[in-house]
Amino acid sequence: MSDTLHIDWTKCDGRGLCTELLPALLARDDWGYPVSRRSRSGNRTDVPIGADSLDAAADAVRLCPRLALSLVGERTSRRA
Amino acid sequence: MTPPDTSLAETLRPQAPAGTFRLFAAGDYAGLQEHLSVFGALDTGSIGPDFIGVLEASGLTGRGGAAFASWRKMAATAESGSAGILPSRPVVIANGAEGEPLSFKDRTLLANSPHLVLDGLLAANRAVAGSQMYLYAAPDSLAGVAGAIAERPDARRIRLVPAPETFVAGEASAVVNAIATGTALPLDKRRRLSEAGLKGRPTLVLNVETLAHIGLIARYGAAWFRSTGSPADPGTRLLTVSGPGPVQVQEVPGNAALGTILHDAGIDARALSAVLVGGYHGRWVRPLDYRISPSGPDGQAVRPGAGVILALPADQCGLAATARILNYLAGESAKQCGPCMFGLPAMAGVLHRIASGEPNPQLPRELDRLSKLVSGRGACHHPDGTVQLVHSALEIFADDVKAHLSGRCMREDGRTA
Ligand code: SF4
Ligand code: SF4
Repeated sequence: MSDTLHIDWTKCDGRGLCTELLPALLARDDWGYPVSRRSRSGNRTDVPIGADSLDAAADAVRLCPRLALSLVGERTSRRA
Repeated sequence: MTPPDTSLAETLRPQAPAGTFRLFAAGDYAGLQEHLSVFGALDTGSIGPDFIGVLEASGLTGRGGAAFASWRKMAATAESGSAGILPSRPVVIANGAEGEPLSFKDRTLLANSPHLVLDGLLAANRAVAGSQMYLYAAPDSLAGVAGAIAERPDARRIRLVPAPETFVAGEASAVVNAIATGTALPLDKRRRLSEAGLKGRPTLVLNVETLAHIGLIARYGAAWFRSTGSPADPGTRLLTVSGPGPVQVQEVPGNAALGTILHDAGIDARALSAVLVGGYHGRWVRPLDYRISPSGPDGQAVRPGAGVILALPADQCGLAATARILNYLAGESAKQCGPCMFGLPAMAGVLHRIASGEPNPQLPRELDRLSKLVSGRGACHHPDGTVQLVHSALEIFADDVKAHLSGRCMREDGRTA
């Protein structure tokens, strides 16, 4: 199944590069921080990524200036 | 009652406490002697992984806020501890940081029954085959705990770590961070603490009250634990009840009736406008027929959270009270995560405008929009807990909101009139 894009809020500074790279998945909130357009049961920290967005998501992970993004496989994305 | 299930010889075992008076049964500021004479000795050395099954049978849930099944947390920690090519032995942390300003139960427990908490910590450590134990609490509490540790040889390995008095200091990842780096701020949770916590080791963080229950279950067994409370919410829990009178710590059965709790605290439910249950991340409810339980339908059960009950007298404005709490919560944002750092003050600002009677019908909608914006977007649950409080306030004080939007306040203390 799909992977997720994990946002580390403690690192993100909200300049919004990721929202430019992934406009279909991420919008910007009032302060510039990325907001997932979809969410899985209230979790908006792990953004579900379709296969078609995987490359763009990998770019975002690479280009995020704060290293705040990571791709997590479906099986390991659940958290305590 | 049913005889307790334990491997100790009959003669060594004093009677298990009956009824709901359990955690403080050894008396005020119980030393080791009182503790042993009331509860009997506990041979923690004989405890092994099978104790996790006893905890499962007991149905014990965490008493720190989230009410997870304690055995599950333990099983996950034990499993990661033995998994992999290079198994890494777990760390067990007793969490006594009581960040909720209205909670006093954990420091009361640590002051009066420190040995029960130590027993629970030793038992939990044995059950997960842990290698390191910590007890994390406010400096005031640690002094008493250090005295208790000095009374017994088996607890010397427990390291004491002071907790700052901030709201988020007791969040599990903040606890781990505080012990590792001295900074009590929540961590990003890409990985579970049970997999990789303190120094990358599987880490089990349990509330001190949870551990005290474990100290009793290790002696008297699961059936004894379940002999009070309800099948879905067995055992007892500590509550801090505040309101018009002095603050009280009560030990109540699981699934206790809110009306009984208020009555026992000497509070007249008819003289209240609402009751805040669970703490600053909790829910306002009308003082009706609610049960305090982690499970059950919304209209009948309200989650105990950190065990806080705040009774709001009918002449006080619930919107103003919530606005003050929200101010506090916004100030306690650890300011690591943008949506929390900016969103919570924004929410507090809007609620203050409502509470002060600004006749602007857009305000509740704006508060709702901001709530949706911050939900699920932080390294910890601080935004979500805050949103839950605000939602319940808008629901329970809906008539007050209407009055405020037309420039009136229905309560005597309101400054809007
Ligand atoms: S690119 Fe990175 S730092 Fe910038 S908004 Fe996105 S996640 Fe945050
Ligand atoms: S969500 Fe808020 S309180 Fe929690 S870690 Fe982030 S900034 Fe701190």
